[in-house]
Amino acid sequence: MTPDRALREMSDRAGGRDGPRAGQLAVAALRRTWSDPPGFMGMLEAIDHKTIARRFIIATLVFFLLGGLLALLMRVQLARPQAHLVGPEAYNQLFTMHGSTMMFLFAVPVMQAVAAYLVPLMVGARSIAFPRLNAFAYWIFVMGGAFLYLSFALGAGPNVGWFAYVPLSSSDYAPGKGADIWAQMITFTELASLLQAIVLITTILKMRAPGMRLDQMPLFVWATLVTQFMVLFAMPAVMIGSSSLILDRLVGTHFFNPARGGDVLLWQHLFWFFGHPEVYLIFIPPLGFISSIVSTFSRRPIFGYRAMVLALIATAFLAFSLWVHHMFATNLPEIGKSFFTAASLAIAVPSAVQIFCWIATLWNGRLDLKSPLYFVLAFFVILVLGGLTGVMLGSVPLDLQVHDTYFVVAHLHYVLLGGGVFPLFGAFYFWFPKLSGRMLSEAAGKLHFWLFFVGFNLTFFPMHLLGLHGMQRRIWTYPAGLGWDGMNLAATVGAFLIALSALVFILNVVFSLRHGAVARANPWGAGTLEWSMPSPPPPHNFDAIPVVHGADPLWSPPGQPAFVGGLATQAREVLATTAFEARPDSRPLFPSPTAWPFWSAVATTVLFVGSVFSPWAVVWASLPLAVALICWFWPKPRETSRSVALEQRP
Amino acid sequence: MTAAREQGAADTLDVSALPTYRFGPGSLMWWGTMGLMLIEGTVFGLGIMMYFYLRGVAPAWPIDAAPPDLLWGSLNTVILLLSAWPNQLAKAAAEREDRSGARLWILVCLAFAVVFLALRALEFTALNISWTANAYGSVIWLLLGLHTTHLITDTVDTGVLAALLFSRRFEGKRFVDVSENALYWYFVIGSWLPMYAVIYLAPRI
Repeated sequence: MTPDRALREMSDRAGGRDGPRAGQLAVAALRRTWSDPPGFMGMLEAIDHKTIARRFIIATLVFFLLGGLLALLMRVQLARPQAHLVGPEAYNQLFTMHGSTMMFLFAVPVMQAVAAYLVPLMVGARSIAFPRLNAFAYWIFVMGGAFLYLSFALGAGPNVGWFAYVPLSSSDYAPGKGADIWAQMITFTELASLLQAIVLITTILKMRAPGMRLDQMPLFVWATLVTQFMVLFAMPAVMIGSSSLILDRLVGTHFFNPARGGDVLLWQHLFWFFGHPEVYLIFIPPLGFISSIVSTFSRRPIFGYRAMVLALIATAFLAFSLWVHHMFATNLPEIGKSFFTAASLAIAVPSAVQIFCWIATLWNGRLDLKSPLYFVLAFFVILVLGGLTGVMLGSVPLDLQVHDTYFVVAHLHYVLLGGGVFPLFGAFYFWFPKLSGRMLSEAAGKLHFWLFFVGFNLTFFPMHLLGLHGMQRRIWTYPAGLGWDGMNLAATVGAFLIALSALVFILNVVFSLRHGAVARANPWGAGTLEWSMPSPPPPHNFDAIPVVHGADPLWSPPGQPAFVGGLATQAREVLATTAFEARPDSRPLFPSPTAWPFWSAVATTVLFVGSVFSPWAVVWASLPLAVALICWFWPKPRETSRSVALEQRP
Repeated sequence: MTAAREQGAADTLDVSALPTYRFGPGSLMWWGTMGLMLIEGTVFGLGIMMYFYLRGVAPAWPIDAAPPDLLWGSLNTVILLLSAWPNQLAKAAAEREDRSGARLWILVCLAFAVVFLALRALEFTALNISWTANAYGSVIWLLLGLHTTHLITDTVDTGVLAALLFSRRFEGKRFVDVSENALYWYFVIGSWLPMYAVIYLAPRI
């Protein structure tokens, strides 16, 4: 008997439809229906959002480690004056690769990757929307990252800084392929990010379980929704910027060439119109992690839900009116700068609203001090410090004094690690049991936390002082006797503590995957839907789609009806609901696994990489890409007949 | 009693009678298309801002060139506006699930697209400047190039959809695809009007 027939017979015996009492056979059929195919080809065909997101998270963490190793190398170089471990050219590549990796290959994508895992589970869906597009975005991302690191390994790494200012990055001052490779890496990662944004927005607005109105969505889902809308408006700016840069370099356009009517500040505007919102693409998803963690470990619903949602939206809007504060040292009109100072200070208000809501939640809660909460509490300390220096840098005179010094390096690491990485680690400890079915060790978690917290402050706090003492960023070495030696050495020792903490984390993960305590469905006693299914979740996520009657469904008294029934078990049928009220609306059939997104990503990679070497690649490589995309969309006869069999006209 | 029949029970919300596809905001693809339009609308908006930014820093505009000739661009604008008509008929036919009507009008749309692309090639010859001459040349080639990319992709997309309408493997949700393809074509038309104004009219004022 073929597997297909076995499957059909199995589910026919269960009536072919799911539901809370459809029985074990229906669940087995669902499991078979939603599984990715086995084997090596199956790996390329996988479209399960959990599989893709797990790979995506691992890929971003590998880039995080690589970026961290580069930073460690820089710290060794700066540990003492006049060191010659690396020369100036290698050092330029190190900080460019470190910044580009952390921003484009780790911080922004990891938040989307975590969301791609969690959001369908949190909103009660069997799949993410457009699962093949989601897989495509993942492949594009890893191929773009691999391209950058391969070039770096071959000695063609970019050396123009992570924001690649012109004229430094123009072909006159940056010959070779480094800047072109940097620009195309941007195109890869931003394309992946934009596609993921569409996938996540559609999942959130159309695939929530019945009854989960917008005002009952978990705050992490809100944070994700707000962030993805920001992606739609922010990423195009850097894509058009990097494309213009590569056109200037490769085909002789003059966007940034003042000799022919171009303008160098245009690049800064385009870059920071993306670059400042980007900080919030890194910062807003963690606000969602924090709300989940604070609420769970305080054992009460979050205080001020609506204020929190409004604060998220306000932050997103204000984030688009801050970009010029990166350009205070340019010759823009002073009145304009005043506006951006005001906006930079104003964004502290919604951030403060959220912080006070969390404090109120913690204040009224019964605290359960586990590792995830430790990382969140550290967030309060570090982010507030980073926020304070942010308010300082928001004022023009002070900014001019410390512009391009280590004060800025200290500030941005306090904001990005405090606002992004600490809550992210909290989120790993929190959701790891759901991902893997095992608990991480608490003792190792606390060791990791303290090493990281102490190491972080030892590394970056002295940088404030170094900046005030006049140490510029991006210098490859410095003379002795400036009074910088001790603080630089302290920062290097701190960097090794951070590296040690990362090692503890990795060992904890490796050990716990094999020997960790087996995780129950809801080990922390949390209230949102992702904790209602076994850990790790089955391929179909939910045996029966729940009907939601409150903001924390697992903490609310059960309502009637409790579950959805009537979706096909032998086909990938999902429930689509209305955007605001989440009323059941239709039951579309989702596509099955295929390798075409992978092949389309390969063709896209050929096009992007080829374009670095010859502009004609854009023309000839678009043919295989078009073929791959058409094969992706062309329906298989079996799929069409399955679809026709289930079809119900509107 | 089998499991399936128990689903009428009070604790279960039975969704088996729901339609499998819907038009407009009921369709997931509609939201995906909207997201795409937001992204591309932002790209076009930024391109136009680049144009006016460069114009703002230039002592004279256009820089060392005559404005683009009006003939092909204006003719193309008229044709593009006219293409809204078969496009709307294709959309209407799809929404009343009239397969032969949808086939007919999507072929007419495709014919319009081919004419439009041919004229677009002539438009590039009438810009009166190369992208390598100066920043003005670069930015109008960028704007026209961006819009042309959308024309090409949407033409290929319409072609694939037309083939599906003639294929034996037909299913109802293709009507939704036709309707959304029409929506995207409206975006291509709508985004051209400001582009036309910027490329052809702005250098004249």
